[in-house]
Amino acid sequence: MQKAIRKYFPIFVLPTMIAFTIGFLAPFLLGIWLSFCKFTTVTDAKFIGIGNYLKILGDAEFIHSMWYTALFTIVTVIVINVLAFAVALLLTKGIKGTNIFRTVFFMPNLIGGIVLGYIWKLLLDGILAYFGRTLTYSEVYGFWGLVILVCWQQIGYMMIIYIAGIQNVPGDLIEAAKIDGATSRQILRHVTIPMVMPSITICTFLTLTNSFKLFDQNLALTNGAPSKMSELLALNIYNTFYGRAGWEGVGQAKAVVFFIMVGIIALVQNKLTRSKEVQQ
Amino acid sequence: MKKKRLIALLLTAAMTGSLLAGCGSSGGDSGDSGSSGGSDASGKVYYLNFKPEQADQWVELAKQYTDETGIQVDVQTAASGTYESQLKSEMAKDEAPTLFQVNGPVGLATWKDYCYDLSDSAVYKDVSSDDYVLKDGGQVLGIAYVIETYGLIYNKAILNDYFDADYSTVKSIDDLNNFEALKTVAEEIQEHKDDLGVQGAFTSAGMDSSSDWRFKTHLANLPIYYEYKDEGITSTDAIKGTYLDNYKQIWDLYLNNATCDPSMISSKTAEDANAEFGLGEAVFYQNGTWAYNDVKDNEVADEDMGMLPIYIGVEGEEEQGLCTGSENYWCVNKNASEEDIQATLDFMQWVVESDEGRDMLANQMGFVTPFTTFSDYLPSNPLVQANEEYTEAGKIPVSWNFTTMPSENWKNNLGSALLEYAQGTGDWNGVVTAFVDGWAEEYAAANAE
Repeated sequence: MQKAIRKYFPIFVLPTMIAFTIGFLAPFLLGIWLSFCKFTTVTDAKFIGIGNYLKILGDAEFIHSMWYTALFTIVTVIVINVLAFAVALLLTKGIKGTNIFRTVFFMPNLIGGIVLGYIWKLLLDGILAYFGRTLTYSEVYGFWGLVILVCWQQIGYMMIIYIAGIQNVPGDLIEAAKIDGATSRQILRHVTIPMVMPSITICTFLTLTNSFKLFDQNLALTNGAPSKMSELLALNIYNTFYGRAGWEGVGQAKAVVFFIMVGIIALVQNKLTRSKEVQQ
Repeated sequence: MKKKRLIALLLTAAMTGSLLAGCGSSGGDSGDSGSSGGSDASGKVYYLNFKPEQADQWVELAKQYTDETGIQVDVQTAASGTYESQLKSEMAKDEAPTLFQVNGPVGLATWKDYCYDLSDSAVYKDVSSDDYVLKDGGQVLGIAYVIETYGLIYNKAILNDYFDADYSTVKSIDDLNNFEALKTVAEEIQEHKDDLGVQGAFTSAGMDSSSDWRFKTHLANLPIYYEYKDEGITSTDAIKGTYLDNYKQIWDLYLNNATCDPSMISSKTAEDANAEFGLGEAVFYQNGTWAYNDVKDNEVADEDMGMLPIYIGVEGEEEQGLCTGSENYWCVNKNASEEDIQATLDFMQWVVESDEGRDMLANQMGFVTPFTTFSDYLPSNPLVQANEEYTEAGKIPVSWNFTTMPSENWKNNLGSALLEYAQGTGDWNGVVTAFVDGWAEEYAAANAE
């Protein structure tokens, strides 16, 4: 059987491979090629070398977006993971109605980003109206608005992954720790957390890349206002692409830089958390 | 073992087979529709429409044409503010729009490599003047299909109540012909708003993307217009901002005498402003003839709608008329197949020459067009009639110079600066910078090779 699988491996992989090529590889390579071109529509481009990349260097808005995104990512990764883990711990204690709570926490994740953005815009603007402010009053409001939004959306999803991880911790380990006289805090610190390290790897990876790539929520909630100060990287790229005639290539070049950045950060993060995982 | 291998082979064959079948059948479909299109009528039309206000009417008109001739006409309308991005992605497709729009000389610069020369087309022969076409060298690349007018739409009934009131300084609409008078009227209305039963003199100056173009584009046209007029030019690579103080005056007036607090405008939308005007909660509403569709059939009767020029306090503005021009130019995609181009030209001709087309454009959509064929079809839109009154009275219309604004980015930056000034997080210098320095920067950025 092993041999047969090995022999027919290319055929089995073929359908996925074709889909992957059409849906990912081809656009990706086209995108890199376009970042060296000047174009209006993607089907007719003229090669101009690295001019697009040079234009990024002088773009203060891009640099601002980068720091803003970095800060946003740090805050959301910490808040989402800590809260999701806490909720997961609570909901594995066997309290009444656990399943209902899990469902309720998970539900926000089923709503699309744009819709969520508009809903939260209404809610937050409604509250801020009492103080004579709106979400776009300053980028600080936009920042925390976005943090609240993505937390609300993603905590439930990460919670499910953590619950799966916590439930997989072998009961005998915990029992042994208890017999040895460990307090519940010690059990959490020295048994549960090391054992759910794989879930932590996945969840930090997901939240990290999600926060970095955040687009629709940003578009719907503040659309970069005021004065592009609350513009995350993805939205900045989009606006560069469509904001000026002749700057499509620069937007594309930014996208390539963006890809490399997200790639490096995700790899480093993966390596760091992987090294903390223990073999069961 | 043999059997298993056979099954495996069959399974893979089925899998890849279905994949190919998927591609094949969809390819077959498009081939079919192409050939059936070719048998009875050649070519088809795909119109990417810019104006969401008239989206439904275009679809209806397209259906009428298809029923009459059998030629397929698809109409898509881009949501407010997304036309350029949608056009960019649609044009990259195999089934690209055959008929699209540019907003003027700056828009044409982006798209001129895609524009078919319309100088031999029937539609061009119907245009009353070359003022309404976009030319590049000897080629006619864009033809305006609607002439629009904007100004301060006002509610005659409430304004008359104000004129009759004992506290009013300005007593008739004829005296309301400069900025000082407008300021007096607006401030007195605001002061006595409860008495007049309104919430403010002006509708909310919404800076949501559905409404911010009223200020960052249309209102900004006035300082540009006067500067161009002084300099005797029609476009520039660097604006001086001579009339920015006037821009500030009118913006302050809008902000301080409105239905809402200036710090709230970022969340106000075009619907809010339409509702406020339509329900008689505000007297003045800066918008254009196209807004008629959105405010009609509410509490404000048609005969109570009028339009005033936007006075910004420039010497001699008593003679100023409304802002009239076009930012809707039809362009035909030159990369479309020959049959499709021909079908598109036929469709355009039908729209401006047939009874159905003219009725739809003039009466349903409420358009004033630059075509000679429309002499019997003047729209019933009261805002259009207001414009005719000004033209007859010999007032000088303000041309639409915002089509020469260097880029979308310039408008967006100006909009942000206006908003920050309004909510108090920025000062007026920010607006000046965005206007003057931004112009030079954006012009250089958009025109650099």
